[in-house]
Amino acid sequence: MSWFSKTFSSSIGRKLLVAVTGLFLCSFLVVHLVGNLQLFKGDGGASFNIYSHFMATNPLIRTMEIVLVLGFGFHIYEALVLTRRNKSVRPVAYAYNRPQDNSNWSSRNMGLLGTVILVFLIIHLYNFFWRARFGEPNMIPIEGTDYDDLYSVVVQSFHLWWYVLIYVLGQIALGYHLYHGFSSAFHTLGLNHKKYTPAIQKFGAFFSIVVPAGFASMPLYFFIKDVVLS
Amino acid sequence: MAGNNPNSKPMNLTLRVWRQKNSQAAGTLETYQVKDISPEMSFLEMMDVLNEDLLRSGVDPIAFDHDCREGICGMCSLYINGRAHGPERGTTTCQLHMRKFSDGDTITIEPWRAGPFPILKDLCVDRSALDRIQQAGGYISVNTGGVPDANEIPIPKPIADKAFDAATCIQCGACVAACKNGSAMLFTSAKVSQLAMLPQGQVERKTRVENMVAQMDKEGFGACTNIGSCAAECPVGISLENIAMLNREYIGASFTSENV
Amino acid sequence: MILDSKIPEGPLAEKWDKHKFNVKLVNPANKRKYDIIVVGTGLAGASAAATLAELGYNVKAFCYQDSPRRAHSIAAQGGINAAKNYQNDGDSVYRLFYDTIKGGDYRAREANVYRLAQVSVNIIDQCVAQGVPFAREYGGLLANRSFGGAQVSRTFYARGQTGQQLLLGAYSALNRQIAYGKVKMYPRTEMLDLVMVDGKARGIITRHLITGKIESHSAHAVILATGGYGNVFYLSTNAMGSNATAAWRAYKKGAFFANPCFTQIHPTCIPVSGGYQSKLTLMSESLRNDGRVWVPKAVGDNRAPGQIPEDERDYFLERKYPSFGNLVPRDVASRNAKLACDEGRGVGTTKLAVYLDFADAIKREGLEKISQKYGNLFDMYAKITGENPYEQPMRIYPAVHYTMGGLWVDYNLMTTVPGLYATGECNFSDHGANRLGASALMQGLADGYFVIPYTIGDYLAQNPTTRIETSHPAFKEAEAAVRADVDKLLSINGSRTVDDFHKALGHIMWDYCGMARNAEGLQYAKQEIRKLREAFWSDVKILGTNEELNITLEKAGRVADFLELGELMVDDALNRNESCGGHFREEYQTPENEALRDDENYTYVAAWQYTGPNQPAVLHKEELKFENVKLTQRSYK
Repeated sequence: MSWFSKTFSSSIGRKLLVAVTGLFLCSFLVVHLVGNLQLFKGDGGASFNIYSHFMATNPLIRTMEIVLVLGFGFHIYEALVLTRRNKSVRPVAYAYNRPQDNSNWSSRNMGLLGTVILVFLIIHLYNFFWRARFGEPNMIPIEGTDYDDLYSVVVQSFHLWWYVLIYVLGQIALGYHLYHGFSSAFHTLGLNHKKYTPAIQKFGAFFSIVVPAGFASMPLYFFIKDVVLS
Repeated sequence: MAGNNPNSKPMNLTLRVWRQKNSQAAGTLETYQVKDISPEMSFLEMMDVLNEDLLRSGVDPIAFDHDCREGICGMCSLYINGRAHGPERGTTTCQLHMRKFSDGDTITIEPWRAGPFPILKDLCVDRSALDRIQQAGGYISVNTGGVPDANEIPIPKPIADKAFDAATCIQCGACVAACKNGSAMLFTSAKVSQLAMLPQGQVERKTRVENMVAQMDKEGFGACTNIGSCAAECPVGISLENIAMLNREYIGASFTSENV
Repeated sequence: MILDSKIPEGPLAEKWDKHKFNVKLVNPANKRKYDIIVVGTGLAGASAAATLAELGYNVKAFCYQDSPRRAHSIAAQGGINAAKNYQNDGDSVYRLFYDTIKGGDYRAREANVYRLAQVSVNIIDQCVAQGVPFAREYGGLLANRSFGGAQVSRTFYARGQTGQQLLLGAYSALNRQIAYGKVKMYPRTEMLDLVMVDGKARGIITRHLITGKIESHSAHAVILATGGYGNVFYLSTNAMGSNATAAWRAYKKGAFFANPCFTQIHPTCIPVSGGYQSKLTLMSESLRNDGRVWVPKAVGDNRAPGQIPEDERDYFLERKYPSFGNLVPRDVASRNAKLACDEGRGVGTTKLAVYLDFADAIKREGLEKISQKYGNLFDMYAKITGENPYEQPMRIYPAVHYTMGGLWVDYNLMTTVPGLYATGECNFSDHGANRLGASALMQGLADGYFVIPYTIGDYLAQNPTTRIETSHPAFKEAEAAVRADVDKLLSINGSRTVDDFHKALGHIMWDYCGMARNAEGLQYAKQEIRKLREAFWSDVKILGTNEELNITLEKAGRVADFLELGELMVDDALNRNESCGGHFREEYQTPENEALRDDENYTYVAAWQYTGPNQPAVLHKEELKFENVKLTQRSYK
């Protein structure tokens, strides 16, 4: 085995890949969140639709899309390999176990949380990404040009209570996943220092609340505005 | 009785203990009663009392590993009421005392459970995998004699202290037992960190971490997911920081060592 | 038989260097043709195994624990002495030599002790090179502290875990050789007999503690580094598994046992709390640097310690020994604690304890400083007793800790059996009648790293490289004998447990052959031990078979040996009609209750020869010659 494959098939190497891809996905979350904030602009979806169009057509973004898919792919694949391996290490479970006395729930359930997020992601992609890219949404003219009216798709979807619920649950799972995952990634990278680690942990907690809350606010906003209050 | 604690009343307890004849046999949890247990007793002394009772009534006494009974040799183990070394933090089973329990309690006692720690009998497990990790590189290659004067290697006190903290690992395996993943990272990291911090350890620094991690994986321990139960249950308080350092050492060594 | 200690000629300071030059060497290419067995992997065993393997010998190492790193050296707390004189306070090899001889109450060999002091400096260098994290000053250089029986600071330490760190250093060196394939390690394996061929030690018989398999191992020489026999007393600071079996079975094969009655009672242990107690826990002697030992002045004063005013306390060590104060040697401190309790001034519910008080030290240096120095010891005390030693004084009482006696060895550390060596606590050689604090670690590592690697070559060079197969009749006979012993134990099927016998033996030993002894008590003890031994062989209850992990069978074999060794200790104590160091015969004391030596008649090592089952052992005397120090009444006043 070459040193390279030896490194990345070791337990630490695989974990390193999970950490690096995880942090990369965190950066994606920020971009995604900032872009989607245009849903709140109150211009009938014009900015959002232009932004969506840009995201769907810009060659750089399209390239990054591939990187992103790879990022997800590696993150999930490596985590899966590790989880399977870890599960096999204890063939006989403890009859009586109290892990809650020594660790956080989220840190012990990253696989479960990740699976919930994955399910959410499939629903989310099918509904928006798939339709935007391959579906036939209505066209809407903005400043003389016709754009796919993705905004309406979003708004319509968020009028369904169960759909909103899926989103909120998905974001809660993401929050817990990030709560452990963000600072844990730094730990895995070996980036640990008396001076900086407390700040990283604080920022990780902040990140794990603000980002999912930001995403969850979108379905809630449209549901409350258009369904509850009307 | 010798403590200045006149209120210590003897206790009656129900024990559920894992019994397994040998490594091949199937095991089961058996229930036993113990009576008049003094709160001043250590947990293992309570087990001694049970064993004497069992022996007298013709039942094979329970095998459990123990030796120094002062919390330093690392031979004792036991998963007590869902916790490695029992409910008291920073304490080995041999230093756990019965005053932590109450009259009428049911206590479940299981062996360390991990594939790389096969059960030998009852509560005894084979932890030689940890020795093999040490053999893979947990040393500085100096022969006896021909070394410089001790004070020719000045080491800043904070570093010496930190290295000492890492060096206090007693190799009991509680980290593996408590870890959801059955990972031996805390154990391995303690030795890697100790030697990576000290000037004496620099020469073999990269090769050491590569070999020790390779052995750790080969033994079949799980991968660390930074849960932190290991450090929380470590009887001597080995810090999670060591794992971060191990990661850093390993990544650095993998990309820069001369070993292809 | 005349005991030849083989002490080299010449001035004291040159003996070792001269000897190293005079010993025969084994050619490097021939070393790989010799096999050496090392039993025990504590400081003395692990260091010897590693060093001999480094030299090129094939080593087989054995321990009963699941890993060589668990040997009881790991529990040593306080430190290791070395004549480095880093503190510039007047230390020297000669001073360490002198302190050790005097501390041992002039019952050790000058030449051995001098060599010990000489190599002490190399040990520290070696350990630091291995990465042992000794305590350091802010300038980055090594720190020292003072210890009982010395007026200089020469003790190197790693918080309260010096033994652990030193053993892990030796263990790492051993691991390196295991990885190289030069040492074959046999954990969970107990030595049950020594095999002799043509009058020489050529191997051992072992039992695997998991499978019960009885096996033969052949070699050109055998080193016993199996520690001391303090567990004869049942309660001691030794590990539960510490035993004398290897040494005792070697004794029965012809190795003489020297000074068996020299046992050390350590003054600062946590007192016994009840009949169920399985072991005693030491509180490092280093605590006496800052802790003050006291009892109430009045008999029967039952007030809590805080309620007893300063002028009603008796700081008896400071009162009696103003120049050493609380830092008198262990035997002196222990005996005085016993005296105070005998007078009825003991404290705690059992009245078998004295206070070790840190209130003044905390006032002087602050809580944090004291916690830095002794934090882990204080925590341990709190865990065991449920009391907070920062707020109320510790209660301490002496406990069996170390055995100065052991297999008789010559200057080369060879026993009276050719090819059989004994190192560390297993031999008798360096501590006389009392060991000073922080000297056990020094001796174990000195023997293993710096003495045996030279001296064993001298023996091997004079012996052919021919190997003996384990199919040799001598091995088969020894195996059969071991198997017969095991079968005999298993067939008794009596009614009393092994622990029951062990506890009974412990009581006899502690009451009559403990901190104070007298002829009448010893005579009585001898009879009692005999009766107990007979009862053991007719009424002990052992379940199960040999072919399994059988904890009762393991213990039974060890206790059977203790029941014989106990009697030899009593014999030795009876023979020695004087008081010296840890051996305090009540008939022989000064008006101030100090040990009264009889240099005219007892300046010798008592080496006992086995003559057969239930036969009296034969005494051989090795006269001790003091050419460099003057024998005086030890005074720590």
